[in-house]
This record gives sequence, C-alpha cells and structure tokens, in this order.
Amino acid sequence: MSTPTTLFDKVWDAHVVRHVEDGPDVLFIDRHFIHEVTSPVAFLGLEGRQAPVMFSGRTFATADHNTPTLNQHLPVADPLSANQLAALERNAAKYNISHWGLGHIKNGIVHVVGPENGITLPGMTIVCGDSHTSTHGAFGAIAFGIGTSEVEMVLATQCIMQPKPKKMRISVNGTIGKGVLPKDVILYIISQISASGATGYFVEYAGDVFRNMSMEGRMTVCNMSIEMGARGGMIAPDQTTLNYLNGRDLAPKGEQWDKLVPYWESLKTDEGATFDVDLTYDAANIEPQITYGTNPGMGTGVTRQIPQAEAVKDGAASYKKSLQYMGFSENESMIGKPVDFVFLGSCTNGRIEDFRAFASIVKGRQKADNVTAWLVPGSHIVEKQIKDEGILDVLTQAGFQLRQPGCSACLAMNEDKIPAGKYAVSTSNRNFEGRQGPGARTLLASPLVAAAAAVTGVVTDPRQLI
Amino acid sequence: MAYDKFTVLRSTAVPMPIENVDTDQIIPARFLKATERKGFGDNLFRDWRYNNDDTPKSDFVLNNPTYSGKILVGGKNFGSGSSREHAAWAIYDYGFRCVVSSFFADIFRGNALNIGILPVQVSSEFLEKIFAAIEADPNTELEVNLPEQTITLLATGESESFNINGYKKNNLINGYDDIDYLLSMKNEIEAFADTRPF
Repeated sequence: MSTPTTLFDKVWDAHVVRHVEDGPDVLFIDRHFIHEVTSPVAFLGLEGRQAPVMFSGRTFATADHNTPTLNQHLPVADPLSANQLAALERNAAKYNISHWGLGHIKNGIVHVVGPENGITLPGMTIVCGDSHTSTHGAFGAIAFGIGTSEVEMVLATQCIMQPKPKKMRISVNGTIGKGVLPKDVILYIISQISASGATGYFVEYAGDVFRNMSMEGRMTVCNMSIEMGARGGMIAPDQTTLNYLNGRDLAPKGEQWDKLVPYWESLKTDEGATFDVDLTYDAANIEPQITYGTNPGMGTGVTRQIPQAEAVKDGAASYKKSLQYMGFSENESMIGKPVDFVFLGSCTNGRIEDFRAFASIVKGRQKADNVTAWLVPGSHIVEKQIKDEGILDVLTQAGFQLRQPGCSACLAMNEDKIPAGKYAVSTSNRNFEGRQGPGARTLLASPLVAAAAAVTGVVTDPRQLI
Repeated sequence: MAYDKFTVLRSTAVPMPIENVDTDQIIPARFLKATERKGFGDNLFRDWRYNNDDTPKSDFVLNNPTYSGKILVGGKNFGSGSSREHAAWAIYDYGFRCVVSSFFADIFRGNALNIGILPVQVSSEFLEKIFAAIEADPNTELEVNLPEQTITLLATGESESFNINGYKKNNLINGYDDIDYLLSMKNEIEAFADTRPF
C-alpha cells in the first residue's frame, strides 16, 4: 500500500519538473493570471531578454486593480492608470494573451472572473502577481501570489522556482451559528493564530464547516490564507466543486470533463497522512467578527471588547501604535463605534452570495445618513446576477447605489479612497494603515456586519437585525 | 534586471523596531502606477516618512541623519501582505542591500532574493542585540558575510549564522537569476507540459 499523502503533496508533486539540489523545486504552472499593475515590468524584462512567451494560452489578463468603478465607458481620467491599462492591452495583443480589459463583458477582479468562467480547476497550479491568488485554492488547486520577477519567469518559462512549504491543516467542526458567514470563520482563525501564524506553511482547510460551505464561501476562506502569512490555502474538491464548475464557459466539456472527474475525486488527503501542524477549532465558538487594529489578526467577536496589550501575541509597542492609529483604546466595546463608510466588494466578498447577504439585512431598511456606502461587484457577471435576482431593487429602495466592478477601495489605487481619519467597515481583506486611503481606518467584517453598520451607522451585531 | 552581486557587506544599519511592517507601508498602492522600474525609492515608507503636505516627518528614522547605511533592521514578520515586488524595488532603489529581521513574510523574502536584496533571518535575541547596539552607537557596523552565512556585530564580535539555500546563495554571489536557469531547461519544460491534463 502506498504511503498516505496529503492533498497538497499530491498536487505539488505532480507539478515538479525538477528538484534543484540544495535549492527550490522547479514547479510547472498550469494557469497564470496577470493584471495591469504587476505585469508591465515583467513584459519589459521579457523584451530585454528578447524571450517569447512560452505558452501564451496558459496566461489570462484582466484589468482590475486600477480601474474606476463609475463611468467605465469614459476614458480613464488618471493618466498613470490609463497608461497601465494601455500597457496591459498592448502586451496582451503582442504576445497573443487573452485579455478581458475594462468594458469587456467578462471583466472583473481576477480572482472572481477566473473561477466564474471555469479557468480555475482542481489539481492545478495557479499563480498571479497578487497575494490573494490563494482564493483559487477553494477548488483544490495550489494557488499563490508571486512577485513581478516571477511573473516574467512564468511568461518566459511557464515555471517558477519555489521551496516546498511546510503543511498545516486547519479543521473547523460543528455547525456555525446564525449570522456567522465564511468571512467570520476565516477572521476568527486568523485572530487565533495571528497575522504571521502560518508563515512558511501551505494550509488545507478541513472539517464539516468547509465541507458544507458553498464555493463562494470557500473562496472567501482561501482568499484570506495569506492574511495569516500562509503561502496559500486549499480545500479538497467534492461534488460542490464539480457542480459549480460543470458548464462554465472555459471548463472542460463532455468526454474531456468525464475523463478528469476520477482524477479530481482522488484529490483528497489520505487517512493517516500527517501535517507539520494540525489545528482544530469548534464552530460553536465563532460569532460574527470585526477587526479593531491594523493587521487582520487583530480581530474579535463583534460583541467583545478590544483586548489589552498583555493578552495579544504582538509586542506591546506595536499593539499600542496600532490602536493609536485606529483611535481606539484597550477594553472599549466594538458595538456602537461610529462608522463613516461601508465597502462591500473585493476578491474576498464581491460575489453574488455576499450581495445576497448584504441585501437580506438592508431589505426594508434605509441606509444611515452618516454612512457613505460603496457597493462594488466583483465582476460584470456578478453585476448581472445582482440585477437578475432583484437585489439591485432591494438596494436601491434602501438608498444604496451599485458601482461597476473592480478592486476599488480594497487597495484604493483608483479614486475610491476612504478619507484620512474616517472609519470604514469593509468586507475586504486588509486593515493595514492607509490601505484604503492615506489615514483611513478599516474595520474588516462580513457582508452581514457591513450591512448592519450601513443601516444603523454604527458597529452593530447583525444577529439583532436578522 | 541585473543587480549588484552580493558577497560581504559591511555597513552601519537603519533600525526600524516595528513588527508586521507590511508592504502597504513599504510602498502604498497609489505609488504602483508606473510601467517601468524607476524611482520607487522616493516613495519608500511614504506615509511614515512624509506628512500629507509632503514635508518630512522628523520623527521617522529615514529622516533622522543619525542613521544611515545599506542594512535595514526591522521587527518580526517584515514584508507581510501584498505580493508587490515594488516593495523590494523601493528598498533596493533607496540603497539598502540587506534586510535583517527575526521573521520574514514568504512572498517578500522570495521577491527580495530575486532582485538582489539579502533577507537575513536572525533569532529574536540577536535582533534585540542589534537594536540595542545601534541605539548605543548609531555608527556601529554590521558585517553580513554571505559565503560564510554569518552576521556579526563588529564592535563586540558577536555573531550568528543564517540560513539560505545553496542555489539562491550561488545566484546572489554571481548575480544570476532564475530565468537564466529555467531557460536552460526549456526542452525539459516543454516535454513536461505535454503531460499535463489541462
């Protein structure tokens, strides 16, 4: 009998072209996503070497980081942004790479459009010059973010050189409570192990909670793996995965699909396989979460108080600097904190389920006067679903407007910047200083917590509004 | 892009005893709009370094003439967050060739190595010693010896060894990069690609 093997090892080992002695593995990359911000210098490098793109059909380009979320039919006002978008279009055309630019019907955030079009498949290796590439791990792929040198590497050789990470399994068992979303599950995990607790590891999420989760929810979880330092996170593919993918535009069809199913079904961790770290949590302990500090590990239950410096793993000096930036103090309650902005969107929570959840709370209520809300779908396909399902009507009646797809205020590269000193409840993934605009203060939360804040104007437990 | 070869670096160091220095602090997203790798050092630590009116913040270490050098010493979990290689470019462009910390985020570490910055991971005890030595004497020098894989406080001779795999070490010493290596195995890669099911 063969040695019990983890899901991660099965997929990684199937992609090793060569082991370099006392060095990294040469890893073959099945799918490569590129966007306008981290690819231009890679193409310049390629030109400098006069190297071709080795397999142009394995790379997919979309514009998302730098795009406006209003009036996308007009020329992009910021000349630097326009220049980056033009460079992507030019480079894609020159090297014969598929390009879903601004205005294209399939355009949207790279980690939303990849899965929804069936480009992402179980058992693949997937990279992109963006740390939230870990999202695609939801399908049982090994997916992670890379730097621009590596983008050039993949364009030129379809490989990157990576030391094999250690393995961590995180199991969450039991049933999650009312008002608790996948975002709360991952924010809870990060709060338990800290923003650096999984550095050097690749995570497999296991247990009933992930088994029973939709693909959208699994994507939210895997998306934030990087926020605890993990190289990536993955979930074994199952019937939910196959049901999601079957029939998607670029997914294999017919006989080709049928041939892959047995392989995909083999992609799971064997009984008895071991991990370097194996952690287990009880779903019953997870309540709706919110962050109070400047890294995603600084989170707690929405009804809790801000912990004291002594109770956290970070050094007291860094912890206090963080609270000072946020304008918060130890022992304060999060409930009732004033909110100026609400951001629903990003590769973490910009999918249809997130808009359904948000709408479930704002339905029949009104947006609070003190709140500016930016609701940004992850793609045009999500935008269309929002309209087709009548969610747009619910949002409009409650005083909200829908913007156009893109990364938007998650990283505030475009004009969607939270002003200095203002508080934003955000469904995105990072609460770093200045992440959503210079001086902006971010409270990360689920779409339900964001909706509750949007209609009450303060941090509110969404369970009271369900 | 070619980088300076790295063998032995002897330099004063700039102390930044802050934990979880993320890449949004190293270079905020709004400065990622270039299509060429030029001038990123000007915006290194932009929002910690400058006020909103672009005047320097006098209490930030890069604005303090007491501290200078080619080595940046940071608190644990240095370089967390975004995969932007621009963070490593900004550090290199500013003039640093080595970053010392007790703990690096994975993507930052890889990016640094790929562009010729040596990330040196030391024990938290040694990191504290380095911070204390710089505080006592800002002109104190560190020696980072890549062939020997050691970092030494020259004033006291206290030293610690650090890890790096032999492949990357050889690259840095000789100024090689991964693409040269991978292009040399082109046929092997093409044959491998033919075996992939998708």
